[in-house]
Amino acid sequence: MLARLVLRAAPAALRALPPPVAVGVLHATRPLHTTQQSLAPVPPLPEKGGEVRHGLIPEEFFQFLYPKTGVTGPYMLGTGLLLYFLSKEIYVINHETVAAACILTVIIYGVKKFGPDVAAFADKLNEEKVAAAEAMKNEAIQTLQTAIEEEKKEQWRAEGCGLLFDAKRNNVAMLLETNYRERLLTVYNEVKKRLDYQVAMQNLKRQKEQDHMIQWVEKNVIQSITPQQQKESIAKCILDLKALSKSAHAAV
Amino acid sequence: GPLSERPLMDVRLGELHTWISTCSFSPQGLLGAVQRAWGSYCAKYIHVKQGGPAGISMLLAGYCLLSYGWNYQHLKRHRWRKYH
Repeated sequence: MLARLVLRAAPAALRALPPPVAVGVLHATRPLHTTQQSLAPVPPLPEKGGEVRHGLIPEEFFQFLYPKTGVTGPYMLGTGLLLYFLSKEIYVINHETVAAACILTVIIYGVKKFGPDVAAFADKLNEEKVAAAEAMKNEAIQTLQTAIEEEKKEQWRAEGCGLLFDAKRNNVAMLLETNYRERLLTVYNEVKKRLDYQVAMQNLKRQKEQDHMIQWVEKNVIQSITPQQQKESIAKCILDLKALSKSAHAAV
Repeated sequence: GPLSERPLMDVRLGELHTWISTCSFSPQGLLGAVQRAWGSYCAKYIHVKQGGPAGISMLLAGYCLLSYGWNYQHLKRHRWRKYH
């Protein structure tokens, strides 16, 4: 109950007072967040104000007198009071009465005629303000929603980083493997080249020795063939040829 | 609820003097009472979505009556008849 009073009184009272006083009063009477109710969200304003009859007398007065005096009670009370004030001249009729009557007539005529239009205009202004605030709120909500979705997408992307790193790790491993194998190949080639060189050297040496030996043997053999042997060999060859030609003739 | 925290409209006539005895007449008490009264008046008739002429007209009528009361001694001299 007290909290509701505070809720009704504090913001309304602060709104009603002029700003500097309101700031001073704020420090004195602001309720701290000791109760569970807080000042936000502010409850919406009521739609219609308290009922007032003839623009002056609140409806509660009529309801208060209704059980005892019925519907005409307050009017009779008003008439009686008016006549009493007039007859006892507690209310004195002077020039101000006439002025008041004229002013009231003009005011009532103005209110009755232009009231609804002014009310509609004020309502439109209020609507525009509320719509602007709503639009801002919706826009803010929309921005935050898109921000949330973007954030989620970023998180999903961040998961992909793991895959990326795995791929990179594979790449690096493959490079290392390739390099190692290349170096193995180089080593093998170098070793093979050296061994080939040795083999080629040995082959060459043997070849040279062989050639040299053959040449030496041929040279010695040719040297050893004396002219006597040469003549004997030529004569033997001629005899063989003749024998062969004879056998060939016989065959034919 | 308890007597001291009810609004004045809910206090019955018989309990009125006990209610007056419970309210504080210190400056802070009076100031608080005035603030509460003004606040409840504003909340009921002024801070609404569709107020009518009622909110201001009651204040103006109250002002008229108050100023008539303040000037009554001066206005008494302009009576039309001496004996009523």
